[in-house]
Amino acid sequence: MRALAGVSLCVEEGEFFGLLGPNGAGKTTLINVIAGLARADAGCAKVMGADVIGDYRRARRMLGVVPQELVFDPFFTVRETLRLQSGYFGIRRNDPWIDEVMQHLDLASKADVNMRALSGGMKRRVLVAQALVHKPPVIILDEPTAGVDVELRQGLWHFVRRLNRDGHTIVLTTHYLEEAETHCGRIAMLKAGRIAALDSTRNLLETFSGLELRLRLAAERLPQPFPGRLVSQEESQFVLRLETYGELEAALARLRQAGVRIVEMELQPPDLEAVFLRLTGK
Amino acid sequence: MSGFWTLLHKELLRFWKVSVQTVAAPVLTAALYLVVFAHALEGRVRVYDSIAYTDFLVPGLVMMSLLQNAFANSSSSLVQSKMTGNIVFVLLPPISYFEFFGAYVLASVVRGLAVGAGVLAVTVWFVQLRLQAPVWALAFALLGAGLLGALGLLAGIVSEKIDQLAAFQNFVIVPLTFLSGVFYSIHSLPPFWQRLSHANPFFYMIDGFRYGFFGVSDIGPQTSLAVVAASLIAVSFACLALLRSGYKLRH
Repeated sequence: MRALAGVSLCVEEGEFFGLLGPNGAGKTTLINVIAGLARADAGCAKVMGADVIGDYRRARRMLGVVPQELVFDPFFTVRETLRLQSGYFGIRRNDPWIDEVMQHLDLASKADVNMRALSGGMKRRVLVAQALVHKPPVIILDEPTAGVDVELRQGLWHFVRRLNRDGHTIVLTTHYLEEAETHCGRIAMLKAGRIAALDSTRNLLETFSGLELRLRLAAERLPQPFPGRLVSQEESQFVLRLETYGELEAALARLRQAGVRIVEMELQPPDLEAVFLRLTGK
Repeated sequence: MSGFWTLLHKELLRFWKVSVQTVAAPVLTAALYLVVFAHALEGRVRVYDSIAYTDFLVPGLVMMSLLQNAFANSSSSLVQSKMTGNIVFVLLPPISYFEFFGAYVLASVVRGLAVGAGVLAVTVWFVQLRLQAPVWALAFALLGAGLLGALGLLAGIVSEKIDQLAAFQNFVIVPLTFLSGVFYSIHSLPPFWQRLSHANPFFYMIDGFRYGFFGVSDIGPQTSLAVVAASLIAVSFACLALLRSGYKLRH
């Protein structure tokens, strides 16, 4: 089975990049290839210019990965886990940085608790901390907020945004489209192992989505012709899709001109959900 | 190299933190074997003219425990890590496959030696042991533990689940160790079984180790050491080739 085909993309240094797509689209496979957890049959991947196979030592030192699965080693405490992870990267006496990371992730009080005794949310924080022990310039987060409570989610985003501001490149995969919309400057959408769209978040929203206009009118029918595209109608309730704000102006002018009174009006700004659904064909 | 030392340290901590299971339990098992077999067979079985059966049995038990635990260490550690998924913590850092191999095998050697020393310390009180050629005994202990550690790593790489590993352990490792002359000298076997025993690498490890204690063996220790060393090299090459290709680890 082919998990990825012809995926070619370049994430720039310092970007906050989103990797989106339905289950099985190949997001995790792509990450695994970059992280050296899977070998691609063809093609190459580089991290900060270092080939992930030919120059794997440099590539892996540049990269911190927060895996999707909530994995942990039940033999160790949080601090032991983080010290071991530092040692794997050739860093000894890393406690000042480990303490700092634990502080930011609200883990300090759990430092000497065994991994087994932590809640799911806490384990997730340790995974984030583990990915950061070697201060990697590139950080990949594979669905970091799946099954995580609101409080942790906000804390996590706060921390990740800070890392990004400090110059770290962030690559994020998520199912929560509003998260990608909020944080990512650029987005690649994968579908069945291929890139279905690759653009800045703003461009994607402008190109694909348009506005959704919901109207309740004092009439049962729209004056004709009417700008935009009628999506649905239920008695005097209309849902229209508009391409631009210019169409909105035209629509309102048309109603005024026809003497139709607006009872209720709601305008949905463009969102990634709509882009996503259109691209993935659902 | 720091990745190697940390991984070795982690592997040592892993079994040491549960040393009641990983060291004390196999020592107790070996002591029970000694009590039961010595009681049942002492005076009935004569292996070498000048050696009492219980004396003969002790080095065999030491080596058997050492080998089985060296195997158990690398194999169970790797399979558990694969099953729980925490193997990624070792696969993501810049650790070479040589370092990976070295750390797992060396930790297994340490566990094997710890268990072997424990069995010896407990059983030595029941017998009168002479250590006639300690260098030979040490050489077989080290190479044997290395071979089983590497074999355990191989089994751990190939196995995806605990039951696959258990099958390997129960149907390969345990029969080979039991039929290696721990409890008897293969000279007491019918010719067919003697010849078959010569195809069992475990036989050479037990026989050579015993030579270190009594200065007598079924086969010359040089030959046995050569067989054990060749097996270690072959299994190590197989392991390194699989690790290099990423087989079932970086799939």
